[in-house]
Amino acid sequence: MSIIKTTHNRRSFLKISAAGGGGMLLGFSWIAGCVSPTEEVAKAIPAEWFDINAFLKIGDTGLVTIMSPNPEIGQNVKTSMPMIVAEELDVAWRDVVVEQAALGEQFTRQVAGGSQSIRQGWDSLRMAGATARQMLMKAAANRWNIDLKDCTSENGIVSNTKNTETLSYGELAAEAAKLEVPEEVPLKEVKDFKIIGKDTENVDMDAIISGQPLFGLDTKREGMQYACVLRPPAFGQTLIGFDDSVAKGVEGVQEVVKFGDKVAVLANSTWAAMQGKKALKANWKDNKPENTAQHNEKMRALLDKKNKEPKRNDGNVKKAFADADEVIERTYEAPFLPHNCMEPMNFFAHVTDEKVELHGPVQTPAWTKSKIAKILDRKEEDISVSLTRMGGGFGRRLYGDFAEEAAELSQLSKKPVQVVFSREDDMTAGTYRPASKYKFRLSLKDGKVTGYHLTEAFINGGMWDPIAQNFPAACIENVLVESNQLESNITTGAWRAPVTNFLAFAEQAFFDEVAQYLGKDAVQLRLDLLARAKENPVGKLEYEPEKLEGVIKLAAEKSGWNNKATGTHLGFSAYYSHNTYVAEVAEVVMENNQPKVKKVICAVDCGIVVNPIAAKNQIEGGIIDGIGHAMYGDISFENGKPSHSNFHQYRMIRMSEAPAIDVHFVKSENKPTGLGEPTLPPAGGAVANAIHAATGKRMYNQPFVKQVDVLG
Amino acid sequence: MANYTLHINGESKEVQAQPDTPLLWVLRDNLNLVGTKYGCGIAQCGACTVHIDGEARRACSIPVKTIENQKITTIEGLSKDTSHPLQEAWRKHDVPQCGYCQAGQIMSAAALLKSRPKPTDEDIDTAMNGNLCRCGTYTRIKAAIKTAAKL
Repeated sequence: MSIIKTTHNRRSFLKISAAGGGGMLLGFSWIAGCVSPTEEVAKAIPAEWFDINAFLKIGDTGLVTIMSPNPEIGQNVKTSMPMIVAEELDVAWRDVVVEQAALGEQFTRQVAGGSQSIRQGWDSLRMAGATARQMLMKAAANRWNIDLKDCTSENGIVSNTKNTETLSYGELAAEAAKLEVPEEVPLKEVKDFKIIGKDTENVDMDAIISGQPLFGLDTKREGMQYACVLRPPAFGQTLIGFDDSVAKGVEGVQEVVKFGDKVAVLANSTWAAMQGKKALKANWKDNKPENTAQHNEKMRALLDKKNKEPKRNDGNVKKAFADADEVIERTYEAPFLPHNCMEPMNFFAHVTDEKVELHGPVQTPAWTKSKIAKILDRKEEDISVSLTRMGGGFGRRLYGDFAEEAAELSQLSKKPVQVVFSREDDMTAGTYRPASKYKFRLSLKDGKVTGYHLTEAFINGGMWDPIAQNFPAACIENVLVESNQLESNITTGAWRAPVTNFLAFAEQAFFDEVAQYLGKDAVQLRLDLLARAKENPVGKLEYEPEKLEGVIKLAAEKSGWNNKATGTHLGFSAYYSHNTYVAEVAEVVMENNQPKVKKVICAVDCGIVVNPIAAKNQIEGGIIDGIGHAMYGDISFENGKPSHSNFHQYRMIRMSEAPAIDVHFVKSENKPTGLGEPTLPPAGGAVANAIHAATGKRMYNQPFVKQVDVLG
Repeated sequence: MANYTLHINGESKEVQAQPDTPLLWVLRDNLNLVGTKYGCGIAQCGACTVHIDGEARRACSIPVKTIENQKITTIEGLSKDTSHPLQEAWRKHDVPQCGYCQAGQIMSAAALLKSRPKPTDEDIDTAMNGNLCRCGTYTRIKAAIKTAAKL
């Protein structure tokens, strides 16, 4: 047991009301949805709930409500974050009901992004549970007139260690809620965890598999208008004028509203709004329309441009290359990608003179609220944001543009408004993964790697500094990393594992080729390079070489890297991102003269695994998503207009193309890190390297499917 | 607007809608059966899969005027208490991530198991290839279908 000070995010632990929560009655169906029918019957529905802190309230029957603070986009935080609270509270999971928290100042970092929810929430979630447990035990000690140290807890019951007396959390909640928040509390040892580390079913499982309302698009309100928005069809365009005479005649259409360079059709059904939007006629003015061909030309030129502010500069790269016996140079190119969340963008807003209600799927509720406060010129305290479960996020729902539209339209129409993107709107009015290119150069002297020079050309951004301090930084004497940016009027943004979603493929494909060139085993080359970073690192580094080595060795062992089956071709890849270490081995077989990915073996070091069954799901999904986009993902622009608008043109990976996945965790008692992103970056490299092993052909550009000599 | 009587999940429902309105929006907006999801509107993603006379069909591409005499089953009507073998299997394998496509996946799988109670891997791929999942839960969906089929 370790004692910690409860100073972290103190506001979360201030009692909301000294008298406890007012008797809040909840419908049975709401609770039943959270409790698996196969489990023992949960505690009865309380007549009264008592707020212990911002994360939890306890009912008089012992049923516990735990607030899940962060937005749920499919990364399982709505289950795994409350598990951490429940663990330290020392309550049986079957007696827990989970509720999605709205945006509130008592919580820190209510964001779904960067695979950081579990990692950054870990301490405050544990403390929330441990603080409440301590207050319940203190309430029992007061009741029995004994010392706190003579109390213990287990599964929602406090026991007097001196005799056989017990009191349940339900019996103690009212008194506990009135107590001072303790200044320090004990935390459990990892070995004593009962909930963390156990496979725990998704708390929304029954609602998902029976089609209950959960998602933003399922929102219904009295008087709500469905709004479909006509946006400029090409990037850079502005609105000259529009004709809404036909649109207004569509049955169900209530109103047509112009706002900025957009025109919205408000209707009393989704279909009427969609039909009304289709009936709008508009004229647009071009403004610097861009083409993919131009982007490519400019970015290729940027790959040869020196940057005065390199991201990393060790030793003397110029000299290393001048003195080299041989230089290996390769370039890798990636297209733009849309996000394609299965639930198209949407949001609900109701703006009145008194308040602004925002409700829906957004990864950044706090940022969205502050942007909308500025747009509407309203005080932030007048605005509430509540969250729905999200049908995918992948970075698209970080941007809140859809919520801004809903707020503007509600203000202009003075009605509650649900903005609904069609799939075409979603794919063509995107915030895309920017196109990027990488040029790698490696110098060799006497068969040894002496220099490494990476140049990035990236649209609207580029790698942030720590990425340049990732492998192979610290492994090579002379390293230069430069990033050059091309500005574009195409809206771009974060897309699952920003930057590294392509950089990792390029780097890991490049090192596979370097190993081949040196006549070295691909795994051994990585281990040899890492030996330098372990023993005598060059410059600063942002990763732990031992941990990267750990997953590399585990993946090699579990995949039978040194002992592969006949007819099976293996490809190796390893990458550190979002604080998590991942190594993957792809198994490719030739079927009908074409390479097919049959299986991926994956080793992961993410510290403590909070919910193994869901953690594996994230890992499997990240790999399949990574393979799918490396193989098929592609969108381009002609005169500012996106090339694809729906799934009949845009290819996504489907079931028959998804490989089996075998997951292995490094056993660890370190604080947990995230899993939403880290298994995606290495996937493309593992597959490309396995395709090379099978066919002798290298993949330099994504999507691989364009390389028709290999993939038909 | 026209009036239609639809046979949904064992009940008769009166709705008023434009004749060309896709069944998807009648279910979602008129009848508040929101388990059937909108994904693409052109029968390419499978999120809106329902059963029409026992067959898996995409509700986004079926005009309401064409289905008055047919039996419609949505995810809400698949079982009364999430006890369909596929729902049990989804729970066992903890299939969903975001969960949005899963109702459509289950409906496609349920139609498959009705016509082929012991499907091969190829049968499963063929029946399920029309259902997209960006989260990448395909391997679990396949495993859950096999569990439900007791394979």
